[in-house]
Amino acid sequence: MRIVVGEGSCGIAAGAAKVYSALEAQVGTSAELTVTGCIGMCFLEPIVDIYDGKTLLKRLVKIQPSDADKIIDFVNGNADAVADIEISDDDKAFLDKQTRIALRHCGIINPEKIDEYTAEDGYQALKKVLTTMTPEEVIEEIKVSGLAGRGGAGFPTWFKWNAARQSQGDYKYLICNADEGDPGAFMDRAVIESDPHNLIEGMLIGAYAIGAKEAVVYVRAEYPLAIERLTNAIAQAEEKGYLGDNILGTSFSCKMRIKAGAGAFVCGEETALIESLQGERGMPRLKPPFPAQSGYWYKPSNINNVETFANVSWIMLNGGAAFSTMGTESSKGTKVFALTGKIKKGGLVEIPMGKTLRDVIFDIGGGIKNDAEFKAVQMGGPSGGCIPAHLLDTVIDYKALGATGAIMGSGGMVVMDESTCMVSMAQFFLDFTAKESCGKCIHCRIGTKRMLEILNRIVKGEGKEGDIELLEELCYSIKDGALCGLGQTAPNPVLTTIKYFRNEYEAHINEKKCPAKACVDLLTYSIDADKCKGCTLCAKKCPVNAISGTVKNPHSIDADKCIKCGACHNNCRFGAVVVD
Amino acid sequence: MACDCSCKKSDLSLIENVLAKYADVDGSLITILQNAQEIYGYLPVDVLYHIAERIGSTPAKVMGVATFYSQFRLKPVGKYLIMLCQGTACHVNGSQRIEQAIYDELGISDGETTNDGLFTLKNVACLGCCSLSPVMMINDETYGRLTPDKAKEILRNLRKEAEEG
Repeated sequence: MRIVVGEGSCGIAAGAAKVYSALEAQVGTSAELTVTGCIGMCFLEPIVDIYDGKTLLKRLVKIQPSDADKIIDFVNGNADAVADIEISDDDKAFLDKQTRIALRHCGIINPEKIDEYTAEDGYQALKKVLTTMTPEEVIEEIKVSGLAGRGGAGFPTWFKWNAARQSQGDYKYLICNADEGDPGAFMDRAVIESDPHNLIEGMLIGAYAIGAKEAVVYVRAEYPLAIERLTNAIAQAEEKGYLGDNILGTSFSCKMRIKAGAGAFVCGEETALIESLQGERGMPRLKPPFPAQSGYWYKPSNINNVETFANVSWIMLNGGAAFSTMGTESSKGTKVFALTGKIKKGGLVEIPMGKTLRDVIFDIGGGIKNDAEFKAVQMGGPSGGCIPAHLLDTVIDYKALGATGAIMGSGGMVVMDESTCMVSMAQFFLDFTAKESCGKCIHCRIGTKRMLEILNRIVKGEGKEGDIELLEELCYSIKDGALCGLGQTAPNPVLTTIKYFRNEYEAHINEKKCPAKACVDLLTYSIDADKCKGCTLCAKKCPVNAISGTVKNPHSIDADKCIKCGACHNNCRFGAVVVD
Repeated sequence: MACDCSCKKSDLSLIENVLAKYADVDGSLITILQNAQEIYGYLPVDVLYHIAERIGSTPAKVMGVATFYSQFRLKPVGKYLIMLCQGTACHVNGSQRIEQAIYDELGISDGETTNDGLFTLKNVACLGCCSLSPVMMINDETYGRLTPDKAKEILRNLRKEAEEG
């Protein structure tokens, strides 16, 4: 038997490495102990799987080091030993309801061993491409598949590959954008950590198609485990002859290296990424010329996102037509989402395009934490927007999501409940884009700052009439005046929250109230004398002695002293503290 | 606190191997800076001048790159670098309360270091462990599903660990 511990970054953060050590100390010769990447059920981490050959016998969840005894007991023949730590049928459905292509090996194979990848048809697509297809045929197959850029913009992949192929030049580059900067998104990290060879294979096929001799992966510096596993995978692929000169005995040669980013959101924009690769400040270039004509070191270059490449080997093995049977008219294949926020079952979800937001959030994600009311889902990070409850049946498709004012984005899906203030959400994103603006374009650099100042005022209760209109005016001028995607989309979080939650802005500005009761400056705390039992707990917990009263008599809060920390409200057992 | 201005002389020989490898390779400035930070713990100003000279560039250019990226720091950090995630999921799940708890416990805000040089707080965009939000990473260890009390306890334990040495 084989005991497999899920060691993605999330799993390790949840304690998987400690579980592994505990198992290692006890396992002896009773089973083989190994690791895998991220299966994507983050809400159940740490996860341990027990296999017999290729058959999954048990999936054990929320494992603590102290559970090692039970696991060892099970592999030694006690069939009931792990009954209380086994995954429930309801949680199993989280995976069963998905269609996995980009993530097909994640959480199943050991990402540190190339043999496990090749045992799953790994590098067979590369072999097929190099020995039986011309570069033009590869591009045609991608065209048939309908694969579009998974980084967010959804530009047809074949078109970019073809442009780079057609471009004149003696030396071309293929670049993978793994600078996953959207706060709230971790799809690409999971692919690199869990299935690095799939990325390498997809990139090699892309390099063959465009005629590139060199490939570079630009990875976020905040992903040390991804960098470590990819470095290891590249070395293994070189050793086995999948990378380097005369790959698989053909005339195709390609080398690959990693460049660790240094932390700048704007480097997710392809021309800024190229500047960064050249050791410069990551400031976008004017397009045209497009990277396909003049990119890295001003040579023809093609840049795709990790998830885009992760689909390529599957398409080459199964055919573009099979890929295009999934999805909608305008969006083909599957999409991976990182489902997080106020959600019961957070994790990685890969589904065919055409499913609805409701399918993902309620059917797969199990609905809202603590059965609270769904308020909105944020898609596309700082470039995207908030989609409200009445649009939950929107289908997942580039066009349909774009029509809501949000975007498909790279896959961040942050769920919010009634306790999330939408004005403060807009403020949060503007704070982010104002900090991350590279400063090249005046509208973006100064406009986002002015918008942030207005939002800061509104959440403090200092909003003025006309603020909403002023925000909108700034939004449109930034969209018009910014050179790159970061600036052009920076106003989206504000525009969508004004569009769908204008009443919240108005309540902040006109009534100086926060309907979600999240903006501290707009709250008042008081004690309901009818409910207060005079237990004195609130007075003891108050850090500034703002609460007075005697035992068994109703207490009261001195509003002038109150710092609105919420300690009284959180500690009252009778629900007597009223927040308004 | 010790003076950290440029009057302090850094040991420039430490970076010699890195410069020997990358100084003549075009486009390596970020890589050189990453290595330098690894060696010195931060980017001392005299090291930046030295790098500029060796790669045949200007101090302004090197400083421009060093200040553009959030990974680079121009001041030394404490023994424990707390990277507090401020990603969307952490924000929705209460990262500000954790930031407040860190302030209450250590008296430091974003970018500051405690007087004893033990802790530095840095707010970061997203650590990518969204389902464990709110999250912080201290040196190489990630701590998830934080509450203000849990965060304080973690810091107290680290302080104790440091004192016991």
